[in-house]
Amino acid sequence: MTDLLKLFLSKILSLHQKAWTVVGDIYSKPSGAIGLTLVIFHICLAITSPLFVPYDFKMMDASLMLSEPSFSHWLGTDHLGRDIFSRTLLGGREALLVTGVATPIAVTWGGFIGILFGLVGGRIDEFLMRIVDAFLSLPWILKMLLLIVTFGSSTFVLIPTLAFFYGIPVIRIARAATHDFVAKDFVSAAKARGHKRLTIILSELLPNVRDSLLVEGAMRWSWMLLAFSSLSFLGFGVAPPNPDWGLMISDARGFMSFRPWGVLGPVVALSSLIIGINLSADALAKALGIDRTQKAPV
Amino acid sequence: MDSLPPLLKVNGIEIGFNGRDGNFLQVLRNVNLTLHKGESIGIVGESGSGKSTLALAAMGYLKHGLRLSKGSVNFDDQPLFELNQSKLQTIWGGRLALVPQNSGQSLTPTMRVGEQIIESLKLHTATVPKDYWSAVKRLLKQVRLPEPDIIMHRFPHELSGGQQQRVAIAMALSGEPDALLLDEPTTGLDVTTQAHILELLRDIASTKGMAMIYVSHDLGAIARVCERVIVMYAGESVLEGETRKILRNPSHPYARALLASIPKLSSGGFPAALDGRPPAPSGTRNQCAFSDRCGIAQSRCFSEHPKLQKLTNGEQCRCHFPELIEQIPLSSLVPKPINIIGKSKPALNLKTLSITYEKRGILDFIFGNKYRNPPTVDAIDLSVGIGETLGLVGESGSGKSTILKSIAGLKPLKSGDISLHDGSNLPVDVEKRNSEQLRRIQLIFQNPDESLNPRHTIVEILAQPLRLYFGLTGKTLRDRAILILEKVRLSEEYLDRYPSQLSGGEKQRVAIARAFIAEPEVVLCDEVTSALDVSVQAAVLELLNDLKRLNNTTYIFVSHDLAVVKALSDRVAVLYQGRLCELGSTKNVFSGPSHPYTEVLLGAVLEPDPDMVLNLVADDTVELGPPALGCPFQRRCPRRLGSICEEKSPPERLLEVNHKILCHISVEDL
Repeated sequence: MTDLLKLFLSKILSLHQKAWTVVGDIYSKPSGAIGLTLVIFHICLAITSPLFVPYDFKMMDASLMLSEPSFSHWLGTDHLGRDIFSRTLLGGREALLVTGVATPIAVTWGGFIGILFGLVGGRIDEFLMRIVDAFLSLPWILKMLLLIVTFGSSTFVLIPTLAFFYGIPVIRIARAATHDFVAKDFVSAAKARGHKRLTIILSELLPNVRDSLLVEGAMRWSWMLLAFSSLSFLGFGVAPPNPDWGLMISDARGFMSFRPWGVLGPVVALSSLIIGINLSADALAKALGIDRTQKAPV
Repeated sequence: MDSLPPLLKVNGIEIGFNGRDGNFLQVLRNVNLTLHKGESIGIVGESGSGKSTLALAAMGYLKHGLRLSKGSVNFDDQPLFELNQSKLQTIWGGRLALVPQNSGQSLTPTMRVGEQIIESLKLHTATVPKDYWSAVKRLLKQVRLPEPDIIMHRFPHELSGGQQQRVAIAMALSGEPDALLLDEPTTGLDVTTQAHILELLRDIASTKGMAMIYVSHDLGAIARVCERVIVMYAGESVLEGETRKILRNPSHPYARALLASIPKLSSGGFPAALDGRPPAPSGTRNQCAFSDRCGIAQSRCFSEHPKLQKLTNGEQCRCHFPELIEQIPLSSLVPKPINIIGKSKPALNLKTLSITYEKRGILDFIFGNKYRNPPTVDAIDLSVGIGETLGLVGESGSGKSTILKSIAGLKPLKSGDISLHDGSNLPVDVEKRNSEQLRRIQLIFQNPDESLNPRHTIVEILAQPLRLYFGLTGKTLRDRAILILEKVRLSEEYLDRYPSQLSGGEKQRVAIARAFIAEPEVVLCDEVTSALDVSVQAAVLELLNDLKRLNNTTYIFVSHDLAVVKALSDRVAVLYQGRLCELGSTKNVFSGPSHPYTEVLLGAVLEPDPDMVLNLVADDTVELGPPALGCPFQRRCPRRLGSICEEKSPPERLLEVNHKILCHISVEDL
């Protein structure tokens, strides 16, 4: 088992060497460079923004309700007189934290189960995949709301919930990617040598499926961000008065006809992050040699 | 004939692509080819020699990414590379037709074959619509397809590989072409099918006076159909001349070494290996491309690129020292080690092995239903002695690979026992075998591209069995890996490379090393040389033989290539439809008397000998499953006795101690 762990770690380390060449490849294309810059910008902003935001995000001022953009309030204020610019800068923090933790979990468990199904094959695989299909056929928001209403909307509920539901489509991708390799002789060779299933998954299949999973993970991340913002928009995500883009859009949408800047800030922030992730995912797919249009996510 | 203008003239073409660093890398260098009406030219070479690129360029076509930098191609005085698309389309498929390598992939899967041929008729002939189907029938008859009325209404997937290839040829013939381009048309087909298709092509070419360009890696096939041959090496033609003369006594070192490396049925023992690999596509060349592998290379060969020069015997040869050619032996056979049949204890025993691919539903189990079809492999009784090599031969569908999979524990048995030399039965399922049992049997696969994980370095590949069976780690593991690499004649520096950085032969050596590092008693070889080039194949066979002698290993060697089996095996088992037909020492099986099926197989082997006459006694029908009763070969057998062949399983006829044939024909008449 320790051997397996060592092997796995060495794989991760060799990954690190390759990572820089892949990042270089992404940056060599304009779309990839723009995407990656946007993502890095957002992450840096989320980490550092509390240090330099001009106003406290909770500070209400009745005299400033719904005021227009000015030198003191660059994006104006909302219906409670809070500074929209400060709240926009801070609004991605929780979304990035929750999705940033939930995405790797989703890809890991979905990827593992998917490779396992692909390797096992046969009737068991058929049966379990129909359950997966059944899960996928239900609208995600229903399933998620059900859990959140039952267990509450704290971060510790949101992360596993998102990770669980967003891992299910990953099963499909990982299984499909595994099918390309499971019939190859190197897998038969490992079986004939008598390796355990776990070894075959970690050492023979995972290195080959890894690229597909990375790209899928990047795509899942952007879906998950949208889902998180949607939850907040519906009032099930971030609890007020904490700033969040989805929540801010929800708050400001009533005044959109005469105070559009209340929506503008969070919308630009959220969409630039999502576009950034999508562009990076595309560039990553190209750098790794996977055509994402052919392996479209579910 | 030379006075007539040539039908097709390729004029000093250079084709290449831009490499990663922007340099122009040449795939073809200054190649000339002249094809007259009714002439057939063979282009022979190994993978990467540029032979397919040349054939396609002769049609005025370049694969994506390739660029013509120099030269021209003229077909009937029209410069093909300057014609526009619509002009080309009237020539392609009409006056100049291509038969691709894999017809299964070149035929449209959703269209009936008859309709596909009609499409070609519409485009390239003046046939009126009411005559379409009769024209299709005539074409299918011409390519000797039985029952054309039925076949033309079938989809491509309903046809066997040989039938698909015939349909592709019929389609090429539909436009009454002046010249036919064939790109490895018989590669991947069974021996008997291959021989039949070649005979067909020969007849068509001679009756219709059609010119042919035949591209192949197989000198045996070229010998059957071509008058002239061009030998390609690393993107240039190194030898051109009459096939007959070149096959008898080639005057270029590469052609000579290539010919010597082909295992031949007519001679026992090992073919001579040709080490090294051809140079990768590059810019200008200032040495002979073959100098690194050449046996007679002088200092001039490394400093000056040779030009094609005309020899006194009329051949064109690209060599600085054609006069030294006699120094390279034409066949340097390594004598085979002495047979040790019967002297050793059995290393592996197979008792009444029966394997089925039939899937049974839950209901079948509940009601105890019988299997609907006869098992794919049945009644296999074999035993292999320690240090012995048993060859399993047969065409596709003969169950030879299935038997190997079952021995390796990858395919469950329906019934029967497998036991090792200590008499203990092996568990059927690989997961139930213990580490010691697993270690003693190792498997080598056909294609090293598939059997080596592309994401593992060589040391990682070799480490898998070492960790699993011996629990080695760290420095000791690495030392062992270096040791085994040396045994397969690879150096230490290969350890940290990836399989994609190795040539085909080197990859197969790594696969062999991975099997031998476990110190096995029995090594199962599944077509281990059929994905390799001929020159590399000889070296791999030699290596396998050396390793066997060194370790006293037992081999079960599966191949469709009778000459390869003959070179390596001590005993041979001939299989048809998963049933044993003949079993005996290599000498006995190949010298006869033989089972009718063995005769059919032997008669269809193509040797690189222009005077060889094929002995095609049976047709090349492909059977989908074995018959339920009687002899497995009953439907195709040219020496069928009568109803007894259909009703009773053939008895074992013991000809000698080490030679048995399963046939109803009596020993005297065999």
